[in-house]
Amino acid sequence: MTPLSPLLSVRNLGVSFRMESGEHFQALKGISFDIAANRTVALVGESGSGKSVTAMAIMRLLPDHHTTIAAGSEILFEGRKLLQADRHTLRALRGRDIAMIFQDPMSSLNPVFTVGDQIIETLMLHTGMRRKAARQRAIALLQEVGLPEPGRKVDAYPHQLSGGQQQRVMIAMAIACEPKLLIADEPTTALDVTIQQQILQLLAQLQKKHGMAVLFITHDLGLVGEFADEVIVMRHGEIREHGPLQQVFSQPQDAYTKALLNCRPQLDSRPARLAVIDDFLQDQPYQPPPQRARGYVPGDDIVLDVQGLCKSFESREGLFGKRVFHAVKDVSFQLARGKTLGIVGESGSGKTTVGLTLMRLHQASAGRALFNGQDILAMSPREFHACKRRIQIIFQNPYASLNPRFTVEEILLEPMVLHGIGHSHAERKQLAMALLERVGLPSRALQKYPHEFSGGQRQRIAIARCLTMKPDVLICDESVSALDVSVQAQVLNLLQDLQDECGLSYLFISHDLSVVKHISDQVMVMQQGQVVEQANADTLYAHPQHPYTRQLLAAIPQGWPHPGGVALA
Amino acid sequence: MTNHTPLLAADAACPASRSLWQLGWQRLRRDRIGLAALWVVAAFVLLALAGWLGLAGSHWRHEVAKPNTPPALFKHYGPATVELTAADIDAAQQHHTSTADASAATGMSAEDDPLAADMAAAQAAAAKTAPASTAVPPHDGSLVCGSDSRGRDVLQKVIQGTATSLLVGLSGALLAMLIGTVLGALSGYFGRRVDDLLMWFYSVFTSVPDMLLLLAFSAVMSRGIDTVIMVMALTSWTGTYRLMRAEFMKHKCREYVQAADAIGASHRSRMFRHILPNVTHLLLVQFSLLTVALIKYEAILSFLGFGVGVTQTSWGAMLAEAPAELLQGYWWQMAAVTLCMSLLVTAFSMLTDSLRDALDPKVQ
Repeated sequence: MTPLSPLLSVRNLGVSFRMESGEHFQALKGISFDIAANRTVALVGESGSGKSVTAMAIMRLLPDHHTTIAAGSEILFEGRKLLQADRHTLRALRGRDIAMIFQDPMSSLNPVFTVGDQIIETLMLHTGMRRKAARQRAIALLQEVGLPEPGRKVDAYPHQLSGGQQQRVMIAMAIACEPKLLIADEPTTALDVTIQQQILQLLAQLQKKHGMAVLFITHDLGLVGEFADEVIVMRHGEIREHGPLQQVFSQPQDAYTKALLNCRPQLDSRPARLAVIDDFLQDQPYQPPPQRARGYVPGDDIVLDVQGLCKSFESREGLFGKRVFHAVKDVSFQLARGKTLGIVGESGSGKTTVGLTLMRLHQASAGRALFNGQDILAMSPREFHACKRRIQIIFQNPYASLNPRFTVEEILLEPMVLHGIGHSHAERKQLAMALLERVGLPSRALQKYPHEFSGGQRQRIAIARCLTMKPDVLICDESVSALDVSVQAQVLNLLQDLQDECGLSYLFISHDLSVVKHISDQVMVMQQGQVVEQANADTLYAHPQHPYTRQLLAAIPQGWPHPGGVALA
Repeated sequence: MTNHTPLLAADAACPASRSLWQLGWQRLRRDRIGLAALWVVAAFVLLALAGWLGLAGSHWRHEVAKPNTPPALFKHYGPATVELTAADIDAAQQHHTSTADASAATGMSAEDDPLAADMAAAQAAAAKTAPASTAVPPHDGSLVCGSDSRGRDVLQKVIQGTATSLLVGLSGALLAMLIGTVLGALSGYFGRRVDDLLMWFYSVFTSVPDMLLLLAFSAVMSRGIDTVIMVMALTSWTGTYRLMRAEFMKHKCREYVQAADAIGASHRSRMFRHILPNVTHLLLVQFSLLTVALIKYEAILSFLGFGVGVTQTSWGAMLAEAPAELLQGYWWQMAAVTLCMSLLVTAFSMLTDSLRDALDPKVQ
């Protein structure tokens, strides 16, 4: 291999899947790129862009029976043709020369073996080390990836480690044989912001130390600014833009790249309306909308007044023992009419429990929640039934929150029937059609089933379902977290429009600080069930008081300096 | 996952909208083995239906041929059968008396024989009914499946047996599913005390060996199809119970059920309107598994003499006659039943397999 030839070279790669209906779906339409040794290349794209398929094709992990690789495709690794390689060559290559880290560490580690065993296995398989030496090496590796007490943790089972620690183990396993190429497929998506930052730093550090090439796959353009050398932007199985990091961020050539850079909410500006992809794909240049001012003002009408809310869970321990876990401790806040209160926190902070307890999906242990002066937590189930239509919730996962056996019509009509809205079936159907149109779906969607819609469309259906009851308060529990950045912008815009139109109050729960900043008037930061800080959004982001808030804000990926000279969130 | 989205996009683009059931049916139709199995099962169900309605197999109790007539195709292979009539016995006796003294046969003279008068009367009666008995075997040698030891058509018996066995299998499975689903739904959905109570009940039931429980139930109750069905349902709901309990536990925490709670749907609505349709595909698979198991159980019960009553026949009851027949080399009744039963059971099992693949595409 001459120093100039790339480590990995993908030429004209085309992949199509045979679908159930017998048709072929082209996941990759002849893409070409190179990865030089010791370089980090970021592959960015939204779901369906083919970024993961690319990684799987390089590893030759695509399911054989319904995948067709187009003739003329070529993947060269150090001059060897991977697509023509036999099983034996591939097995030797995988793990030793090319290693991969997956998105979800919990499901990538085998739960019945200790983490040490799993690293030792890799080492013995690829380097022919003896068990004792391999164990020593495993401990050294765990130390290198920053796992505390590596000598003890080497004998731990995956479930005894936190998510971040598990991902560190995965990284240790991946670098165990000093691979030349490391493929990281969304390695931090399942992790909290602060942990995400640590893992990214670790990856950057290891890349430099070992001189690996890294193919970093992500949907979040903001992440790659930290350490990538080159960026490839993909959409619908095609490469839209490929260039050095600085160029892609400062002078994006492609309209789609520009859109991606702009549709994510930013910490330092709050446009009245977020940019969406279509804004950039039309002929006229994009005009940034005016800024929106937010924040509670004195004299705001308070809709929901929560005082000293507590929720604890009991779990059985032994025969008669009980262990009490306090998920939410003494949380108080006020939600003003037509305003948004954002709740941020990492997993386990109790933010979702607050939402579910207010909906009485969990029974509160203590505290009051005054809704228009009435304590909804003390009501009998019958009394609360009438209140249910005034407070509604939109869940995180649009794939799970709609009943797959119901048509959209049934989904939308059910709450109306339960609460006696509309006098006849025809009237209800009329209302459902109007609402569908309002959330941006055609009225013929009524006869369809949820599985026929994309994630963003499903979230719109979920929003329409809540709107059928004309609620006053809408609890959005990570409602945009599972969506692509561009779809997220559309849904956030929709939520904003609805608030302006109907004067809805939102309780917006999210782990994403930029999104919360964009949509909230007031923000509440939670940690381990307690509120650590609560202030108007602008004040809190500009002058965080609590160390935990500062830590969270510092962990937000800063991206690359924006065209306007400001950091991209 | 990334490669799921294009699938959705393609679905959304296609104008006709299909429910998950329709998609499942579409998948099943592409599965050739599954479809063939479905046809076989459907044919059996039609046959059973004809049996219940009296369109076929209703004459199974008529003695239409000589006992143990071999099937038409194997006329010359079965053991030769000779039907003894009163005339034959007479002739044999004539022959006997002509060669030896009558007293040598009975040990006494005709005057002393106390049965002589009765025998004479019996012969006279036999002579009266003789024309009817000669009219009996119109089918001689032309029965497709032969006849049994009483001269009944085996084909008719098999059809009737199919009807009985399928009735027992299907309705037993249906009843067992009903018990299992209701208890499992209550147990899994409400949890806590309700679950504890039902689990105790379940544990007590499963601690007794199945066969013993079956025999105990059927020994206590009177014989008959309804008893068999009850017994089967009462002993085989446990598997469905466990399955449904686990499914309801899983689904009640799903977001769509929480969403239903949030919009104010009642417990009953959440259990049976929301969750149940989402587990029916598992119930369907469980149903076909149970049906197969119960058909086999029925055969065992009837074979042991605890099954259907003497006025009814079933595959098990027919198999119960087999040991005595096999000793004499009359194999056709057993062959016919075995063939039917294996065909149905195999087809049913393959259908179950295909159904699971078609309705739960995640396993692929």
